[in-house]
Amino acid sequence: MRVKHARVRAAAWYVAATLISVVTVFPLVWTVLTSVRPESEILSAGFRFLPRALTLDNYRIAFREVPFPRYLLNSLILGTGGTLLNLVLGSLAGYAFARLAFRFREQLFWLLISAMMVPGVITMIPWFLILHGVPLVGGNDLLGRGGVGLINTFWAVILPGAAGPFATFMMRQQFGSVDGAFAEAARLDGAGEFRIFARIYLPLVKPGLAVLAILTFQAGWNNFLWPLIVLNTADMMPIQVGLAVFRQQYETAYGPLMAGTLIACVPVILIFVFFQRWIIEGATSAAIK
Amino acid sequence: MSHVTTRSRGTARHFQQRYGYAFIAIPLFLFLVFTAVPVVLALGTGFTNYSVIGRAKWIGLANFRRLLADPFFGVALRNTLVYTAMYVPAGLLVALGCALVLNLKHRGVTVYRVFFYIPVVASTVASATMWYWLLNPTHGVINVVLGWFGVNGPAWLYSSRWAMTAIVMMSVWATFGTNMMLFLAGLQYIPRDLHEAAMIDGAGVIRRFWHVTWPGLRRTTFFVLLLLIIGAMQVFDQAYVLTQGGPGNSTITVVYYIYTPGFGDLRMGYASAMSFVLAVIILVFSVLSNRLTGHDLEAAS
Repeated sequence: MRVKHARVRAAAWYVAATLISVVTVFPLVWTVLTSVRPESEILSAGFRFLPRALTLDNYRIAFREVPFPRYLLNSLILGTGGTLLNLVLGSLAGYAFARLAFRFREQLFWLLISAMMVPGVITMIPWFLILHGVPLVGGNDLLGRGGVGLINTFWAVILPGAAGPFATFMMRQQFGSVDGAFAEAARLDGAGEFRIFARIYLPLVKPGLAVLAILTFQAGWNNFLWPLIVLNTADMMPIQVGLAVFRQQYETAYGPLMAGTLIACVPVILIFVFFQRWIIEGATSAAIK
Repeated sequence: MSHVTTRSRGTARHFQQRYGYAFIAIPLFLFLVFTAVPVVLALGTGFTNYSVIGRAKWIGLANFRRLLADPFFGVALRNTLVYTAMYVPAGLLVALGCALVLNLKHRGVTVYRVFFYIPVVASTVASATMWYWLLNPTHGVINVVLGWFGVNGPAWLYSSRWAMTAIVMMSVWATFGTNMMLFLAGLQYIPRDLHEAAMIDGAGVIRRFWHVTWPGLRRTTFFVLLLLIIGAMQVFDQAYVLTQGGPGNSTITVVYYIYTPGFGDLRMGYASAMSFVLAVIILVFSVLSNRLTGHDLEAAS
């Protein structure tokens, strides 16, 4: 009787979990299927799961109408630039807060972390004004007047988040949780502080760096509102802005739209599939602690 | 001998001080430029008529007074509150429900975890574009499936009554995975013995949930609620991609409205005043959610 009860419950669990999975995965599958379906079939009446005929026309149209390679390259530059800066600055700061003794260490740490509590809507306009007023670039004079500063440059997208509080927070956890006995020995042998950081500690936190890199890259790749605000020439646009414009210009071209959507999310989905365990665990552990 | 050790330790500490400051110098500088100064600027700009070109003039409360009389702002605020009122409870329940499902130990649970989580990976713009197609009134899968059950689906994004609901559905789908993972992590912290003790006392599934799981998740629930509210009040991407504020302004949100006069017409002073009002509302809601979950922040820290 008990065994039977347990079996019924297990079966119910699989049914529920499968139903939820259908809801979460179906839109992606449907996007793939629509992207390879001929246009006549997409807008025909009746529902067919698998396409009657396969075609790459939608991709051809998408690439013809929209400079996707350029947009992909822009997103790659923005994502990689932001990620590298966060890795370098986040590990330097995280290491200092976890391993070095200096005055006001705790206070300064919490000050930097407090940036997480400031909603984006508050910083949005000031960021624009600050980047607009950076002296001696973009036609600006010494006082930051006359030109546009860093607006419409990749720096405008990268700089505000170059040392994200999340990176500092996560790397402090990482450096704090490794064994420091080695380093003390090296320190007594007269090794310099930077050497201790770079040669002894940094290799120990490689897994943490990898998770941080993936999460930062994903966030940068998917960023939309801020690039939309500060970039205003077409060939500077990242893929998300390009896709949004495409969607507004081609309201009913569902096939090419789905092709474009896939182009915009395939890189991050591939990264996710390969590193999913790290991503899921890293994302939550940092938030929970 | 001991004298030498103390001296070398002393210099080491001295070195550490300097390196400590050197290592945090750039992040600290960026914090000042992109967090500290902006917060001050955000407070100040709202009281000026600053418009990027030309000089800013202090105009006191004029922006805020105009805001009160601006019918668009009223509509945007109402839409944002409607979105929040639907999205926050739905997002919380779906995330919690799915976490409870994944918390049961069955074979293949890790595969399901990936399936449940995958919408998070796609960007909001990509998710919105996918849903733009799913929500098509005649050919979209959602109305086709509703049709199988004899339901005549609404025009969704083309209906001022249903557009916001459609955006909420899409947003819950796209974001619940993150919060689900937070709940799942929170569930691991609830001691097994509590569940077992309750089971021995003869408590059923529902009673165990209310007396063991729900209180044990208090901290996580507070955190998730906070994230949901902050996200909901600043909703933008979805409205921009799916409806551009339409139909009939039914999906204009506050951030959308800040974006238009702020960066469209460069009326920075006015846009700042709006940001300020929204930030205050977010703060009030955050405090309220703290009360609601009965979470004592001081006790937690």
